[in-house]
Amino acid sequence: MNHSIQSAGMARRNFLRLGAFVAATAMLPAKLLAAMVRPADAFTATGLDSTFAQIGGIPELHDGIIFSTPDIAENGAVVPVKVEIDGNKLPKVDKIYVMVEKNPNPLSAMFNVPAGTKPYVETRVKVAQTCNLYAVVDVDGKLYMAAKETKVTLGGCGG
Amino acid sequence: MAGKIRIRAQQQGDYTEVKALMRHPMETGLRKDQAGEPIPAHFIEEVTVTHKGNVVMHAYWGAAVSANPFLGIQFEGGAPGDEVAVVWTDNKGETGEGTTKIR
Repeated sequence: MNHSIQSAGMARRNFLRLGAFVAATAMLPAKLLAAMVRPADAFTATGLDSTFAQIGGIPELHDGIIFSTPDIAENGAVVPVKVEIDGNKLPKVDKIYVMVEKNPNPLSAMFNVPAGTKPYVETRVKVAQTCNLYAVVDVDGKLYMAAKETKVTLGGCGG
Repeated sequence: MAGKIRIRAQQQGDYTEVKALMRHPMETGLRKDQAGEPIPAHFIEEVTVTHKGNVVMHAYWGAAVSANPFLGIQFEGGAPGDEVAVVWTDNKGETGEGTTKIR
């Protein structure tokens, strides 16, 4: 008796979960399905170590990542960052993360790179105070990074 | 506040360079207004770039992307005249989009 009630409940839950999953993914392009979950916990993690933990561990330094940020940023609210990959040294990059060590939440942006797209992104981020910026890439679940310090003369939090 | 996106897509040999500028306050939720009241978080969470309907870049963003965000990407397989579109969604469910043709 008890058993059948439980399994009915479980079946219903599973059904609901499936329904939510189908609804959430129906609009998304099939190619990217595997990567299409916003890593909410990584975006709200505080501190670099817990952010790394959320995305799967501490990345290894790799010289195939060409990470460009200004040495000195006059305005921390708008700091240009560019991540390029040397495809000979590091092929098949499928995710790129940009992190700012001393921001309240280090993870600024995460990019899913489909096949045929260069693992290359340019954007601008806020940097609260002088610290290291990190470009982290995911190659088949393995994480690699490049770090670069940017000195901020005016903070990034609108101050 | 569905925002228009300014996009440029330019063929550069074997790849297409896309540069997009979005209009958005990108509020972190950590700032206070002049009266000392916290300004609620309001930022773009998701950005998708498509070429003829196929996704060529997809991003999740946090509030630390600068206000009026800029995004530059490069993809292969484009040709002059092809349509490139950029769409964003923010944490309030608002969206913005823009399209252009590769030059």
